[in-house]
Amino acid sequence: MTLKTVLLGTCSAMMLAGFSVAGASAETLTIATVNNGDMVRMQGLTSEFTKANPDIQVNWVTLEENVLRERVTTDIAANGGQYDIVTVGNYEVPIWAKQKWLLPLDGLGDKYDMDDLLPAIRGGLTVDGKLYAAPFYGESAMIMYRKDLFEKAGLKMPESPTWEFIGDAARKITDRKTGVNGICLRGKAGWGENMAFISALNNSFGGRWFDEKWKPQFDQPEWKQSLTFYASLMKDAGPSGASSNGFNENLTLFQQGKCGMWIDATVAASFVSDPKNSTVADKVGYAIFPTKEGVANHGNWLWSWNLAVPASSKKAASAQKFISWATSKEYTQLVASKQGWANVPPGTRTSLYKTEDYQKAAAFAAPTLAAMQAADITKPTVKPVPYTGGQFVTIPEFQALGTTIGQLFSAVIAGQSSVDDALAAAQATATRDMTRGGYIK
Amino acid sequence: MATQNTKTLARVMMAPSVILLLIWMIVPLAMTLYYSFQNYNLLTPMNVSFAGFFNYQYFYTDPAFFQSIWNTLVLVLGVLAITVIGGIAIALLIDQPIFGQGIVRILVISPFFVMPPVAALIWKNMIMHPGYGVLADLAQFFGAQPIDWFAQYPLLSVIIIVAWQWLPFATLILLTALQSLDGEQKEAAEMDGANAVQRFIHLTLPHLSRAITVVILIQTIFLLGVYAEILVTTNGGPGYASTNLTFLIYRTARLGYDVGGGAAGGIIAVVLANIVAFFLMRAVGKNLDK
Amino acid sequence: MARKVTTGARIGWTIAAWVVALLIFFPILYALITSFKTEQEAIAGFSLIPSGTFENYITVEEQRDYFTPFMNSVILSVGSTILALIVALPAAWAMAFAPTKRTKDILMWMLSTKMMPSVAVLLPIFIIFRNLGLLDTRIGLTVMLMLINLPIVVWMLYTYFREIPGEILEAARMDGAGIWQEIVYVLAPMGVPGIASTLLLNVILAWNEAFWTIQLTTTNAAPLTAFIASFSSPQGLFWAKLSAASTMAIAPILILGWFSQKQLVRGLTFGAVK
Repeated sequence: MTLKTVLLGTCSAMMLAGFSVAGASAETLTIATVNNGDMVRMQGLTSEFTKANPDIQVNWVTLEENVLRERVTTDIAANGGQYDIVTVGNYEVPIWAKQKWLLPLDGLGDKYDMDDLLPAIRGGLTVDGKLYAAPFYGESAMIMYRKDLFEKAGLKMPESPTWEFIGDAARKITDRKTGVNGICLRGKAGWGENMAFISALNNSFGGRWFDEKWKPQFDQPEWKQSLTFYASLMKDAGPSGASSNGFNENLTLFQQGKCGMWIDATVAASFVSDPKNSTVADKVGYAIFPTKEGVANHGNWLWSWNLAVPASSKKAASAQKFISWATSKEYTQLVASKQGWANVPPGTRTSLYKTEDYQKAAAFAAPTLAAMQAADITKPTVKPVPYTGGQFVTIPEFQALGTTIGQLFSAVIAGQSSVDDALAAAQATATRDMTRGGYIK
Repeated sequence: MATQNTKTLARVMMAPSVILLLIWMIVPLAMTLYYSFQNYNLLTPMNVSFAGFFNYQYFYTDPAFFQSIWNTLVLVLGVLAITVIGGIAIALLIDQPIFGQGIVRILVISPFFVMPPVAALIWKNMIMHPGYGVLADLAQFFGAQPIDWFAQYPLLSVIIIVAWQWLPFATLILLTALQSLDGEQKEAAEMDGANAVQRFIHLTLPHLSRAITVVILIQTIFLLGVYAEILVTTNGGPGYASTNLTFLIYRTARLGYDVGGGAAGGIIAVVLANIVAFFLMRAVGKNLDK
Repeated sequence: MARKVTTGARIGWTIAAWVVALLIFFPILYALITSFKTEQEAIAGFSLIPSGTFENYITVEEQRDYFTPFMNSVILSVGSTILALIVALPAAWAMAFAPTKRTKDILMWMLSTKMMPSVAVLLPIFIIFRNLGLLDTRIGLTVMLMLINLPIVVWMLYTYFREIPGEILEAARMDGAGIWQEIVYVLAPMGVPGIASTLLLNVILAWNEAFWTIQLTTTNAAPLTAFIASFSSPQGLFWAKLSAASTMAIAPILILGWFSQKQLVRGLTFGAVK
C-alpha cells in the first residue's frame, strides 16, 4: 500500500502545484531552435539580451534538427501560434514565405547593416525583395584534408582539385592496416544527409535533379557517372559502415585521424581544427569543392540556419528585436570577447571575414569565404533547371523524395543494390512524386 | 440472483471507458477519413481539393508499399517470437530458487524503463556501431571483421532493438502467470514421475496460455506502430529494407507534408491491423475464456 | 517453497540467471558508464572503467533546465495513470465478474483503438488541441496519455481480476454481501497487488511516450522526452553527454521501479494467494 499512498500523495500535490502555475507578466518570447553548438552558445548568452531589454523574457525550445522541423512545420501550417521565433533552414524560407507564414523582417533597426550579409546567403532568404529570415550562421562545402598524409604519399592538393585527382589521392592514402581511410563521405540515408553531398557531387559532374519541365534526370549519363564514381570510391577508400555515416560520424572519424579527406560542410572546419576535440587539429588543410574535369561547377552547396518570425506570432516587434541582436555584428563581438574568435558563428557577414583577429584565429576563414562566394543557389547546375537550391531542391516535395532516393543510394554503398537499379528506382519514384505534385502535367 | 441488476450495473460501470474510447476512436478516425479524400499538402494549403480515391491509389502504388507490409509482418512476428520464447525462458529461470532474485528481476525488466528513442540511440551508437560499438570491439578482439549491422542486417537490427525493449514486458506478464501456478500441482506431477520437459509441456505451458495470449495481443498493437526506432537507426533503408508501414506513413505524412496521402496510409494501416487482429483473435482468442 | 533444491543446483541456476540478467541490462549499464567518461574516452573503444568525470552532467544541467521537464514527466505519467485507473477499474470489474457474450469483442475493440498510427492522426489531433486551447498544457497531455493507455489499463486489470476465483465472490454473496461490500472487503484486498503493478507499468508507458509529448508541447508541459530530444545528434557525437542526459531521463523511473520491487513482486504473485 505504501507505494500507492506515496504516489497518490505526491501526485495530487504536484497536480495542484502544476496546474495552478500562472503565466508571467513580462512579454515572453518562445524560440524554437536546433541543438547545434552555435545555437546552444546563443542560449547561454541570452542573459545579455534580456539585461538590455528587461521587458522581454525568452523561453527556449531546443530540439534535434528533424524533430524541430516536424514540430515547427506542424505548428505553423496548422496555425498553432506557439512560437515567436523559429529556426529555419534556407530550404524552408522561400517555401514558407510564399505561403505568407513568415513576417518580412522590416524592423531590424538602422544599425543592422543588411548589406553586410553575404549576398549568396541573403539572396536565398529574400522573396520578392523582402528579407524573411535573418541568417544566424551559414555554410558551404569544401575539402578538409590531412596535410601530413598528403605529404607522406607525395601528393599536393591543387588549387582547384578535380574528382579524378581526389579519387586517385584517396586510394593512395588508404591504409587499411593503420585504419586510415582515404576519404570519408556521407552515406546515411536522408535528404539532409547523403543526398546533400550526392546532389552537390552531381552538380559538379554537370548533372541536375530535373530538367526545365520537371522531368527527373536519373536516367541521364551525369547521374550514372557521379553515382558510380561515389560508390566505387567509397568501396575502395571509404570507412567501414559508410552507409550509416552522416555528418556526425564522419566528423568523429576525421577528428580521430581515420580519414585522409573529408568533403563536407565548411562549418566542420572549426571542429576539426579544435585541439580540444581533434587529434589532428594542426594537420588540416582546406581546398575548394572539387569538380569533374572540364565542368565549371563546384557543387553550389549552401546552407544557413536562420531566425524568422511566424506570421502567427503576436509579439513580432520584440521578436525582431531579438533577431536583430542575435544576428548582429555586436553579437559576433560578444561571442568573440567571451569565448574567442574561433567560436563565432561563421558564414553570414562579409565584415567578419575582413576582421583581422578572426583571420588570425581561424585558419579556415579564407577557404570558407571562398567556398561561400563560389556557391550560387539561384543557378546551381550547368544545365538550366526550374528550381533553386544547391544540395537540395526548394520544393515542398523534396524532403520525402530526397529521403526515399537517399535510401536507394545508401543501399548502393551498403552493397545491396547496383548503381543501375538504384537509378532506375530513383527515376521511377521521382517521376511518381512529381506527377502527384502536379509538376509533370 | 440479481442477474438483471448485475447486468445493468456492469453496463453502467463500463460506460465511462467505452464512451471515452469511442470518442477517442471516432473523432480522429472521422477526420482522417475526411482528409484521406482530400488533396492536401501541408505546405500548399491553398490548393485543397477533393481527391476521390487518388490518395489511396497513390499510397498503394508506392514502390515500398508491399515490402513495407512484409517488413511489418516480419518485424511483428520476429519480435513476438523472441519476446515470447525468451520471456518464457527467462521467467522460468527467475522462478528458480536463485540468490539475489530481486536484483535479477529488476535488471531484467529495466529495458522497459528506457524511452524508445534513447534505447535506439544507445544500441545504434554504443552497441551496434561498426566503428565504436561494443559488438565491433568484441569482433575485433576475436580477430573478426566487425559487422555493419544497420547496412547488412537492417531489419534484424531493428528487431533486436525492439525485442530488447519488449522482452521485459513479456517476462513480467509470464512470470506473473508462472508464479501463480499451484505448487501442489507441480509436486503432484513430480510424484507421477513426469520429467521436466513433460511437466513443462503438459502443466506449465497450458497454464501460461492466457498470459501468452495477453502478451501477444498487447505487444502486436504496439509493434504495428513501431517507427521511432527505425527513424533513429536506419531511416528505413538501405533501400526499403527496414521500411515498415508506419514508417512509410511517417515518410508520406511528415517528410512529404502530404496530409491526404498520410491519412489514406493511416486508414489502410487500420484496416490491415484489424485483419491481423481478426486472425489473431481466431487463433489465440479462445485462451482468454479459460 | 516446499521444493527440495540442492545447493549445487541453486548456484548453477543463480549463475545462469545473473548472466542473462546482466546481458539484458548491459546496454543501460554501458550508457551509465559512458556518462562518466570524457567524450574522447566514449569513442575510444571498449572500457568499463570511466575516468569518473561529472563534467557531462554539469554541462547537461547548464544547457538545459532539468527540473521542469522532470516535474512534467511525473505529473503527466502519474496523473494520466491514475485517471485511467479511475475510469478503467469499474469497466475491468464488470468485464471480469459479469461477462457477457460481447465482453471479448469489447476488449478487442478497445485494443483496436490503438491501431491508428499516431503519425497519421497528428494533424487532426493538433487542430483539436489548438481549438480547445490545450496545446502545451499539462491537462491536455494528461488526458491524451490517459486515453492512449486506457485500453492497456483495462486489459491488465481485467487479466488480473480474472485470476481471482469466482467462488470467493459467490461465497461472499451467499453471506449476504452487497456489491459494494463485495468490492471493498473481498476484491479490493485481493486486487491491490494487481492494481499496483498495473499502475507501475502504465506510469512507465506514459513516462516513455515520446511522440505526442514532443509534438504537442513547447515549454510549459514538455516532459523528459523533449529534454532528451534536445540532446540527440547535435554536431559531433557527444555520446558521453547524451549518455548523461539519457541517464537523467531514465534514472527516476528506474529508481521508482527499484523501490516498488516489493509491490511488483506481490503484484506478480498474488495469483498464488488463495
